Amino acid sequence: MIQALSDSLVAAALGLPLTIAIWLAGVAAGLVLGFVVGALRFFAPAALVWPLMVAVEVVRGTPFLVQCFLLYFGGPFIGIDLSPILAGLVALSIYGAAYFSEVFRAGFLAVPPGQLEAARMLGLTRAQAVLRIMLPMMALAVLPALVNLAVILIKETAVLSIITVPELTFRVQGVGSATFAFAETTLVLAIVYWALVEATAWASRAAERRIERRMAA
Amino acid sequence: MDFLVDALPSMLRAAGNTVWISAAGILIGLLLGVPIAVACERGRAWGLIYVSFFRGVPLLIQLLLAYYALPFIGIDLPAAVAAVGTLGLCCAAYMAEIIRGGFALVAKGGLEAARLLGLSPLQILLRIRLPIALQAMRPALISEAIMIVKASSLISVVGILELTRSAQALASSTFEPLPAYALCGALYLTLNLLLMLLARGRAA
Repeated sequence: MIQALSDSLVAAALGLPLTIAIWLAGVAAGLVLGFVVGALRFFAPAALVWPLMVAVEVVRGTPFLVQCFLLYFGGPFIGIDLSPILAGLVALSIYGAAYFSEVFRAGFLAVPPGQLEAARMLGLTRAQAVLRIMLPMMALAVLPALVNLAVILIKETAVLSIITVPELTFRVQGVGSATFAFAETTLVLAIVYWALVEATAWASRAAERRIERRMAA
Repeated sequence: MDFLVDALPSMLRAAGNTVWISAAGILIGLLLGVPIAVACERGRAWGLIYVSFFRGVPLLIQLLLAYYALPFIGIDLPAAVAAVGTLGLCCAAYMAEIIRGGFALVAKGGLEAARLLGLSPLQILLRIRLPIALQAMRPALISEAIMIVKASSLISVVGILELTRSAQALASSTFEPLPAYALCGALYLTLNLLLMLLARGRAA
């Protein structure tokens, strides 16, 4: 039992870097894609808004696991032949982007139109008004929701073990299959994820307080 | 087209299983969510730890815990019971947070009036605070219900024959994963759309 626990901890230490790397890369790509989609849904003509809305609702309305299966097992049939890690990263980015885009869109909607009108009255061009008035106001409003979603995405990375991405869950489960000590290995997994999520949530709350204090000063 | 005709009956049956599993999970989540919300509101440690654990550990790991670790400590449940129970326990943590948020929206004056009228704390909870909180948090409750329908796909991992598991079987027996998982996704999407329409219909 001690052996299984220590083996699990070693496997966890080996798998954790990939979990964190895929998470960070997925959040970064998801934020960029989500911002583009959210901005297009706010600024683009209706002909473009409808397909984007449907795409976002499809991603948000289907399980992440099924999206992973579709991309990883179905992709090769239409010429998208990705390695497990790359497929997992792409799936996580798209899944995150759908949720991020909704937050950005809500952020755009939340900026009072009067602010933009006032900026235009003061002689700013439309681009200036959007870049220097709208975006900063929006950024502050959407920050907590974005951080919250990013923390949720940590947990989604565990699903990637099912398409054989050698991350935390996959590695530690490997120890379970080799030793049949599934109870110990799963317990180690639960504790590592719990600590990871709580630590990230705590750090983001601390960062948020700091930003708020700076804005108030 | 042939694929669809062949696959649809079994996939629709599987979708029915997903509906039952999700409904049970949501129901357990709502029922347990209320006492947990009250405990968290009063700052009880067990409530806070419960919510932190079930929201901090991926559902996949929770399911594996129920599947592997419970028998280890002598609790041997059928796989389906363990899986649905875990889904419900996890849902309860999210429901508790939503309900707790709803409690904060109940006007203080109404509670004072209820106390003056001689209602017991339990009566105040069940007849005043809870109805107001659930009504106010309706959109959040619906999106949590949709999350549970989607999360129920993870139950496929412990071998329960729901929508995702059936799609896996279909994909490997027909060697056509693309249409199998596309159909699977379309059925989840339909379920969630129905859920949204149902909720909207009730609200009107």
